[in-house]
Amino acid sequence: MTSVELAVASDSELAEVALTRAEYVHLVESLGREPNRLELGIVGALWSEHCSYKTSKPLLGTLPTKGPSVLQGPGENAGAVDIGNGLACVFKIESHNHPSAIEPYQGAATGVGGILRDIFTMGARPIALLDSLRFGPLDEPHQRHLFDGVVAGIGGYGNCIGVPTVGGELYFDKSYRTNCLVNAMCVGVVHHGKLTRATASGAGNLVLLVGADTGRDGIHGASFASVVLDADSAARRPAVQVGNPFLEKCLMEACLELAGDPRVIAMQDLGAAGLCGSTAELAHRGGCGIEVDVARASRRETGMTPYEVMLSESQERMLIVARPGDVRSLQEVFERWDLHSDVIAVILPDQRFVVRDGAEQVCDLPLDLLVDGAPLRGAPGPRPERPQPPVATGVPAPTWTSDEALLALMGSPNLGSRSSVYRRYDHQVGDATVILPGGDAALVRVEGTTLGLALATDGNSRYTALDARQGAMIAVCEAARNVVATGARPAAVTNCLNFANPEHADVWWDLHDAIEGIGDACRALEIPVVSGNVSLYNDTGGTGIDPTVVIGMVGVIDDVARRCTAGFRDEGDLVGLVGPVASELDGSEYQRLAGGVNAGTPPGLDIDLERRVHAFVLEAIEAGLLHSAHDCAEGGLAVAIAESCLLGDIGAWVGIDELGDGEGLINGAAGILFGESQSRFVISFAREALVRLHELAGRHSVPFRGLGSVGGERVGVTRCIDVSLADVRRVHGGALIERE
Amino acid sequence: MKFGIAVFPGTWSDRDCKHAVELAGHEAVMLWHKDRDLKGSDCVILPGGFSYGDYLRAGAVARFAPLMESVTEFASAGGLVWGICNGFQILCEAHLLPGALTRNSSLEFRCAPTWLRVETGDNAFTAGCARGEVLQIPVSHGEGRYVADEETLDMLEREQRVAFRYVRRDGSVVEGDTPNGSMHDIAGIVNERRNVLGMMPHPERACEPLLGSSDGMQLFSSVAKAVSGNGVMPVAAVS
Repeated sequence: MTSVELAVASDSELAEVALTRAEYVHLVESLGREPNRLELGIVGALWSEHCSYKTSKPLLGTLPTKGPSVLQGPGENAGAVDIGNGLACVFKIESHNHPSAIEPYQGAATGVGGILRDIFTMGARPIALLDSLRFGPLDEPHQRHLFDGVVAGIGGYGNCIGVPTVGGELYFDKSYRTNCLVNAMCVGVVHHGKLTRATASGAGNLVLLVGADTGRDGIHGASFASVVLDADSAARRPAVQVGNPFLEKCLMEACLELAGDPRVIAMQDLGAAGLCGSTAELAHRGGCGIEVDVARASRRETGMTPYEVMLSESQERMLIVARPGDVRSLQEVFERWDLHSDVIAVILPDQRFVVRDGAEQVCDLPLDLLVDGAPLRGAPGPRPERPQPPVATGVPAPTWTSDEALLALMGSPNLGSRSSVYRRYDHQVGDATVILPGGDAALVRVEGTTLGLALATDGNSRYTALDARQGAMIAVCEAARNVVATGARPAAVTNCLNFANPEHADVWWDLHDAIEGIGDACRALEIPVVSGNVSLYNDTGGTGIDPTVVIGMVGVIDDVARRCTAGFRDEGDLVGLVGPVASELDGSEYQRLAGGVNAGTPPGLDIDLERRVHAFVLEAIEAGLLHSAHDCAEGGLAVAIAESCLLGDIGAWVGIDELGDGEGLINGAAGILFGESQSRFVISFAREALVRLHELAGRHSVPFRGLGSVGGERVGVTRCIDVSLADVRRVHGGALIERE
Repeated sequence: MKFGIAVFPGTWSDRDCKHAVELAGHEAVMLWHKDRDLKGSDCVILPGGFSYGDYLRAGAVARFAPLMESVTEFASAGGLVWGICNGFQILCEAHLLPGALTRNSSLEFRCAPTWLRVETGDNAFTAGCARGEVLQIPVSHGEGRYVADEETLDMLEREQRVAFRYVRRDGSVVEGDTPNGSMHDIAGIVNERRNVLGMMPHPERACEPLLGSSDGMQLFSSVAKAVSGNGVMPVAAVS
């Protein structure tokens, strides 16, 4: 009998575990036998896109992951970089898109819970959370429902566990109508010596399962996240887990008590694919094997099969590897926190993945085949020809004045105030948030030091939709700019790649190009990528999202007292522009509001200029020359100036020579005011600093000019814009408020 | 002096309170919820958080913790007990303070700066502030709407037991426009003997200019001064 004849699973069985016929045949050939149903389910989960990265792995290998400060690159639960003082910053971003589209509150809440576990599993105390969110147009009731549910879920989990939610981003675009995006980032800090790994070792060592009992929730969660959504997706609500932040708080405190404890050989949280994913990865990293006895796992309900126990994604669970003699004393630590623990597995010397149900052996798979054996997927087809977009399309002749345009932008859901969101998150617990949400990057100080971590997430999908590579490079640069605006040096990056169905050639090539763009930008700016996550199949009924690259950036400032903020400060200060004046409207928010189409080519990017601009701004802040620095991003120069006015609660008046006599709002003027040219900052400073800034700009070969001055209660651009700060504040503040 | 800081499962302001106490130059000891020993604390802080997950009702389970038996005895003997946020909720559940804290009138969690007017100085916590002084101290809660029956509210007002009211930055009354919809704009109250204070805002988050305000430090200093003042607490003057 040939192995193909052995392959007797039906199409529906394969569909349930999200394996293709070809993958299944490969499995049978490798095993030399037919897998049983449990083995098939376990392989399905571990070979899902979510766990195996079978599509993205060949592409991700090109990212720069090394650097002098990198302590841990991709491969562990999170990345880690040295921040000085013997401390490491541990951080990662992860998606929870599919569950949130079905059950927004719990989907978002457990997304936060999952990323928190990734950080404290490494021994680091989580000190900040950020969230990058995307929904369809907010005036549609279902989108409002998703938005409210997700925000409530993030707050519900983060507020309860006591980790501040300090930043993130929020965009609305019709491409997310059927697939919202919820990406959560967590940042923690740990002493180098306490950095804990998830690498099992020592045959005969035991594995403790700590925390929540195992229930039937979340079965097939990993597979569910690896297929497109359809009309029946609502029926998969049981595949969405339910979070218990209180339990996680206790688990977190107990695990942090054990960080650096020599009794703990390894620590691994349970996430995607539950017990089977975590035990397999734990053993595989250590080059050993593992034997799990499902009969020993405490259950939330009776009658659960080994299949259900292994694939359950019940939340708030953790694995600890320890020598047999240390198990009892470790259990006592957990009992102090009223946490239950069971010895559920033993480490094997050879690389096998064995599951028993009491006396009966129910699974025996080669570990390497399970964890690393998923056939990788290459390009599904050649690069499709893209229709060349006509130049400068999409911006119809304006019918509004430039005053109206500024107010429309400031009051739009994508640029309006986020305060109605972040006031629902505890952003101050921890006594560490030095720059609160609402500016460019949040700044969190590090306990016991003068160090600060500047944190930002960024990614403009309008650019990546037009040009994935260019858009991804801009995402890296903009995240870096946000960090630089506070005076912090960019230290490292985590990324979340949200794409549609990669089995379509255009999507696969966008993914390819985006990863290339991230790599190019990170290499040029010398910022390593230390962790990340890929979320594919964000597609419903053949309609996929625009390619969406979210960059999470961590920067370090040596002394938080030297920080810079984005709001104008003192009456009489000068306003300056760092970077070029240009007229690039393609892909802009102005283009969206004016015509509703996204067309043309995204703004140009000179990565070398970008690097010089960062160096200039950092040196100017370090020298104490700046009173404010603000990244010039969506909405362009006019919006950046208005934002600095709002943040500082003071007006400003500027002039831009290129506007000429500014008659009407011809596209040229609109491009200068609202175009989103890159590598720019709006800064303010005392008059006395002007000469030194010009000298510094010359030294860095950076375009720099004075634009006007800070003061009064109006936002003005000579001959173009003259609006009251109160009007700007009113429209900005109301942007996300539901209209009757 | 020594501040004892209660740690229930789910408490998270314990670390912030410890930071503030040490910043003020005092000793902080952590008090575990399963213990009864107050470790010689001069003042016990019940900090913010979600004790026991706040799953039944905020503070409803914590009141049964072994530690709370000692805290109740300590309070009955005139010891200083300071409930902050979840601690205020626990004090109401434990009947050490009257009234209750219900869901914010917005039905949303609220984390924001607030301005508190000091309404009375005849207790250890606010003795160091001037009456009518406005303190900038942030709130962070989902269930901070103070409610009580008319009789209780009248009593609190009559006996000048409202410690703090939410006001505008300039000290003017905002009536109704509070972060949570509290009756009489109440942000904090003291008990009859004035040795127990409950407040929703977080003074431990307002102890350094770097974090936006250092007004909270006045309360820590005030307690320390009262305790060290030859052992004579303002409590004695009142009772």
